[in-house]
Amino acid sequence: MSDVVLQVLNATCERGGRALFAPVSFTLLAGQAMHLQGDNGAGKTSLLRSLCGLSSLSQGQVLWLGQPVSLVREVFWRDVFYLGHALGLKDELSALENLQLCAALAGQSLSASDAGQALGEQGLGGRMHLPLRVLSQGQKRRVALARLQVSTARLWVLDEPLVALDAVAQHALTALLQTHIQQGGMLLFTSHQSLDVGNAMQVLRLQP
Amino acid sequence: MAIRWFYYAAPPTFYALAARLWPWLAMLAAALGVAGLWIGFALAPTDAQQGEGYRIIFVHVPASWMSMVIYLAMAFWSVLGLTFNTRLSGMMTRALAPTGAMFAFLSLWTGALWGKPMWGTWWVWDARLTSELILFFLYLGYMALTSAIDDVRRADRAGALIAIVGAINVPIIYFSVKWWNTLHQGASVSLTRSPSMAQLMLWGMLLMALSFWAYTLAIVCYRVRSLIIERERHTEWVQALPEVSGVKA
Amino acid sequence: MNIFFTLVQRDLRLAMRRKAEVLNSVFFFVVVATLFPLAIGPEPAMLRQIGPGVLWVGALLATMLGLSRMFEGDYRDGSLEHMLLSPHSLGLMVLGKITAHWLLCGVPLVILAPVLGLQFDLSEEALWMLSLSLLLGTPVLSCVGAIGAALTLGVRGGGILISLLVLPLFVPVLVFGAGAVQALESGVGAQAHVSILLAMLLPALFFSPWACSAGLRIALE
Repeated sequence: MSDVVLQVLNATCERGGRALFAPVSFTLLAGQAMHLQGDNGAGKTSLLRSLCGLSSLSQGQVLWLGQPVSLVREVFWRDVFYLGHALGLKDELSALENLQLCAALAGQSLSASDAGQALGEQGLGGRMHLPLRVLSQGQKRRVALARLQVSTARLWVLDEPLVALDAVAQHALTALLQTHIQQGGMLLFTSHQSLDVGNAMQVLRLQP
Repeated sequence: MAIRWFYYAAPPTFYALAARLWPWLAMLAAALGVAGLWIGFALAPTDAQQGEGYRIIFVHVPASWMSMVIYLAMAFWSVLGLTFNTRLSGMMTRALAPTGAMFAFLSLWTGALWGKPMWGTWWVWDARLTSELILFFLYLGYMALTSAIDDVRRADRAGALIAIVGAINVPIIYFSVKWWNTLHQGASVSLTRSPSMAQLMLWGMLLMALSFWAYTLAIVCYRVRSLIIERERHTEWVQALPEVSGVKA
Repeated sequence: MNIFFTLVQRDLRLAMRRKAEVLNSVFFFVVVATLFPLAIGPEPAMLRQIGPGVLWVGALLATMLGLSRMFEGDYRDGSLEHMLLSPHSLGLMVLGKITAHWLLCGVPLVILAPVLGLQFDLSEEALWMLSLSLLLGTPVLSCVGAIGAALTLGVRGGGILISLLVLPLFVPVLVFGAGAVQALESGVGAQAHVSILLAMLLPALFFSPWACSAGLRIALE
């Protein structure tokens, strides 16, 4: 039972008074991944946001380490990394400053050298001191991936992580996710493309 | 007891209850209103100092009271709504707001009508009138916020928060305006200096206040029913209603 | 506590790299203070009388102008979501943002007001009291205004809507702030006013981050 890390029971979200999809239940153990699928507008983003705690579920419960998330918010948020459509990066700050700031917000200590190394591995070594607004969309996405790389969170919740990435970057992301899973982390993501993160991957399709 | 409250807070139950209540409340409002106005305009004696013009207080004072009471009611429902997350709370607050704003405006307008014959000006920076004006802005702010936000649930909750923040500030605002007014020795349309309150006049104002109260309850019942139909239109019970499905009752 | 300073530093750094926005409020304040004498007339006795009020209203409007920007940027680029998902106290982070807003918007007004006050021929004591009242009052304006900014995130007509929402709440600060200077000038003494301004500042600092956090969570649902 101590292995059961994330449990979702009968969860559904509401918009405009009606439920977006039929209630879903699933469990994520350490080292497991879940691919959330559904048509456009099925409610995938809403579900991810509700599971993280940005919105509230209209029905159902989320348990983290056996406790309802509402009771252990601080502990939960220390172990969750959410990356949505908006990257959460400031255009006026450099990639390095952004990484350090995000780590501070997430309650994590990150040295400048570690941050620099992660950015270097994402191919941004020469550009890490430039303000983000001079980088391309794809390069900004790579900065977000660098954030992922240095994150110590156990559960990664990613909403369409492959968007705007070229083939090389997609390959790098897949490798990053595979490493995370192998090290005992958990992954919950949506994607219209397929992502191969190993054998322990569940698939859940949202039905109306 | 808690279970009974939540039962009545469920939209279908409230819908049926409100349907039965509002005609009676409307009739009560009309009856009390006639009685109050009769006292105010026919029975109450002419005042030695202010002549006939003072009779406007039979509308002005109850309207002021109502505008305050309704705002408190909105704050009450807002606290309930944010604590228990019931859908009805948001609807009640939204239904109360326009009526509260109307009473605030009525109070300001009758205050001006009273002021003109007394002081020669249409507006007087009296502490109470100024506070009433600010209360009117609080109502407008609530209505503007809730109508500007598209998502109904978010609009309800945001409105609830601003209503609560406003309610907490109302005593502070009133105190500061009173201070400001006494400091600057402004003119005052105070009741304490107007005709000594005869029993009859108090009765008249009380009847008018009760009439306004019954009217508010009636119109809130009516409005909440519309809101329920609009918001719950996807549910089966709404679609089965005779007035919605067009089936002859 | 660290997260408070992190947010203050972050917002200050962001503003420094986008200087134009900071100057907006200051410029507006100067414009308002200049327009009134032009509209009303240059007679010194009258200017001395209306000076405190005009400058206070100018400061209030300048603050209102900058409120919508408090959370807008973070909302649009997704940083706000990360703040909401942070294990740190959201109230502390919000207080950090409010403090940064005050440092960028309120403090320039406090410094500039006595300078503009000279245009209204205010006495030296009046100028000191004006600065003090603004020093105590502008943080309250930032705190209360933040609640309005949080509730109207991403809503159309945001700027006007914020003004309508916070205007009633600003009235007490305005009354006692401007009143302090007038009380001093009329010889009554401004101790009561200053005490009341302090009495408004402390609860505002405590309660508004909490109300603001609630507003932000509602806005991002």
